[in-house]
Amino acid sequence: MRFRKLTEDELTVKGGRDVSGLERRHFLKMGLAITGVFAGGSVLSAISVVDKANAVEIAEKYPYKPHYTMVLHQDRCIDCERCMEACIKTNDVPEYGYRTKILERDVEDAIGQKREFVPVLCNQCNKPPCVRACPTSATLKDKKTGIVIMKSERCIGCKTCMAACPYNARYFNEERRAIDKCNFCKDTRLDKGELLTACAAACPAGVRIFGDLSDETSDVYKTLHTLKYPVWVQRPETGAAPNVFYTRG
Amino acid sequence: MLANVLSPEVRAGVIERLKSGSKTYYFFVALFGLILMASLASGLHARLIGYDKAYNTYREVPWGILISTYVFFVVTSTGLCLVSSIGHVFGKKEFMPMAKRAVYLSILTICGGFLVLSFEIESPDRMAIYNILSPNMTSNIWWMGTLYGAYLMFMAVEFTCILLSKFKEATLFGMAGVVAGVAAHSNLGAVFGMLHGHEYWYGPFMPIYFIASAMMSGCAAIIFFTWLAYKMDNKEMDQPMAETMAITNRLVILMIFIIIFFTAWKIIPGMVGGEAKLAAMNAMLSGPYSTNFWGIEVAMGMVIPLILFLMSKGKNLNMMFLASAMMIFAIFFMRYDLVVIGEIVPQYYELGVKEYSHLLTYSPSWHEIMVVMGGVSFVAVAFLLGEKIFDGHKMEHH
Repeated sequence: MRFRKLTEDELTVKGGRDVSGLERRHFLKMGLAITGVFAGGSVLSAISVVDKANAVEIAEKYPYKPHYTMVLHQDRCIDCERCMEACIKTNDVPEYGYRTKILERDVEDAIGQKREFVPVLCNQCNKPPCVRACPTSATLKDKKTGIVIMKSERCIGCKTCMAACPYNARYFNEERRAIDKCNFCKDTRLDKGELLTACAAACPAGVRIFGDLSDETSDVYKTLHTLKYPVWVQRPETGAAPNVFYTRG
Repeated sequence: MLANVLSPEVRAGVIERLKSGSKTYYFFVALFGLILMASLASGLHARLIGYDKAYNTYREVPWGILISTYVFFVVTSTGLCLVSSIGHVFGKKEFMPMAKRAVYLSILTICGGFLVLSFEIESPDRMAIYNILSPNMTSNIWWMGTLYGAYLMFMAVEFTCILLSKFKEATLFGMAGVVAGVAAHSNLGAVFGMLHGHEYWYGPFMPIYFIASAMMSGCAAIIFFTWLAYKMDNKEMDQPMAETMAITNRLVILMIFIIIFFTAWKIIPGMVGGEAKLAAMNAMLSGPYSTNFWGIEVAMGMVIPLILFLMSKGKNLNMMFLASAMMIFAIFFMRYDLVVIGEIVPQYYELGVKEYSHLLTYSPSWHEIMVVMGGVSFVAVAFLLGEKIFDGHKMEHH
C-alpha cells in the first residue's frame, strides 16, 4: 500500500503540538467532547479537546457538505405533535408507523416544572449501526449530505436494521415492502429546494433547529459551538456518532 | 457411478425398504407430513394477510420465535457437521459409524432452518437478487447467509460423495463444510454480538458461545436420532455404533460442562453491567423468563441431562436418549430466551420516559407457532424417510 507524502504544513498540524494562535482559537470553538451524564443523555459539554485537535479531525468531524444536523431544544417542546402530523402528511407515513415521536418524562423531584417532552427521530449517525448491519446495502449514508437513506427496492425485510438501531427509529412499511425511517425529508422537501424538514417547519415552539453543521453561520453550528449551552446526544455509549443533538435554553 | 446408484436394483431396494416400515412408522410419517402441510398453509396465510397482522413481533421486538427457531436449527446443523467431522474428516475412527447420519441430519436441520426463515424474511425474492448485486461486506447477516449457502452445498456434495463411496472427495468437502459452517455460525453469533444497542447481546461472547453451543447441540441431536433410528427398526445396536454412542456420551458431558461455564460467565459480568443489561439479567434470573432459564435451560438443558449422561456411563442408551431429548427441548428454549431477552429492554429504557419505563413483552402467535412446527415436522419426515431410503445410513469403511 502506498501513502501520500505529507507536506511540511500537514505534518506540523498533525503533530497537534505546534498550532498557530488563530488555529488554536478555531479549534477551541469546535473542541467539544462528551464528558458526563445529564438528564438521561450524556452531556456534550464545552470542554476543550484542542490538544487532540488537528486538521484531519476537523475534516472528519463534519465530512459532508451540507452536513445536515438537528438540534432539539428539549425544554421548549409542549407535545403539540404538529411535528408528527407534518411528518405523516409529508412523508406518507402509515398509521401503524412513525418516523418521529415525542416521549414524555416525569421528574418528580424537579423544582417547578416536573414534566418534559423528548422528541425522537432517526439520529442520522456518522457511524450508523443499521447501515453496517444491512446485508444488501438497502440502507446507506447519502454521500453528499450524510443522511441515512433507504433504497427500498433492495430491502429484504430481515429487520436487522430495526434490531441494530439504538434509537428505535425504524419500522417495516407494508405498502413499500421495505423498512421506512426519517430521512430529514430528503426526497420530499430538501431535494425540492426546501431548507427545513417538515417537522422543523411545523414546530411552533422552535424546538427543532435544522441546518448545515459545516456552515459556521448556521444556527445549528452556533448552538453546538456556544459554550453556555449544555449539549448532549442520546445513547452515546453505542458509538454511533449521532447528528441529532439535544440542548436546553 | 451415478447411474449405478440410480439403477433399477437400487430403486427397488429403496421402495422395498420404504414399504417395510411398521404401522407406528407410517403413523408418524403421516402425522408429521400433515403438520408440515398445515404449517406451510399457515405460513402462506400469514404472508397473504401480512406478517404484521399474523405475527406478534413489532417495532421494538422485531425478532421472535421464528428467528430463534432458525438459530436453533442452524446451531444443531453446525454441531452435527462438527460431530460428523471428528470421524469423517479428522479420522477419529470411534466417531465414524455415526458420520453419515450426522451429515444427513446436518443437511436436514439447516433446510429446516431455511424453511422457517423463509416465512420470516419479508421479501426472500429480493434477497436472492440483492445479496449478489449489492452485498454489504460489513454485514454479519450477509456473511452468515452466504457462508451457510456454501455450507449447505458442501454438505450436500459430501453426502453425495459418501453415497457414491468417493471417500477422498467426501473428506475434502466435509472439511470445506466444517470451515464454512464454523465461519457462518460464528457470524450468526456476531449478528447479535455486534449490535451495540443491545447490551445483553453485545460483545465477543456470542460468536464463541455459539460454536461451543453448536457442539453440545450436535452431540445431543446425534444421540437422540441414532437411538430413534435403531428403535424404529427394532434393531440391536452393533458394537462399533455402541462404542460411538459411548464416546459421544463423554463428549456431550464435556460440552455441558463448557456451556455451564459459559452461562455462568455470561451472568456474572451482567450483574455489574449498566441499567439496561441488569434489567435483562434480572428478567432472566428472577423475572418473567426465570422459569424458562432455571426450569428449562438449566435444569432440563444442563443439570438433569448431565446427571443422566454420567449415570448412563455411555451404555444405558435409553437413559442417554431421555437426556438428549430433554436437552434438545431445552436448547430450543435457550435460543428463544437468547433472542427475546436481548430485545425486551427498550432502547430508551435509561432515558426514564413513560413510554419505555417497563420491559417489553412478546409471546408467539399461532401463525408463528405453526411455522415452527413446520420446520420441526420437515426434519422429522425427512429423517424418517432418510432412514429407509439410505438404509439406516450404514457407513462403509474407508
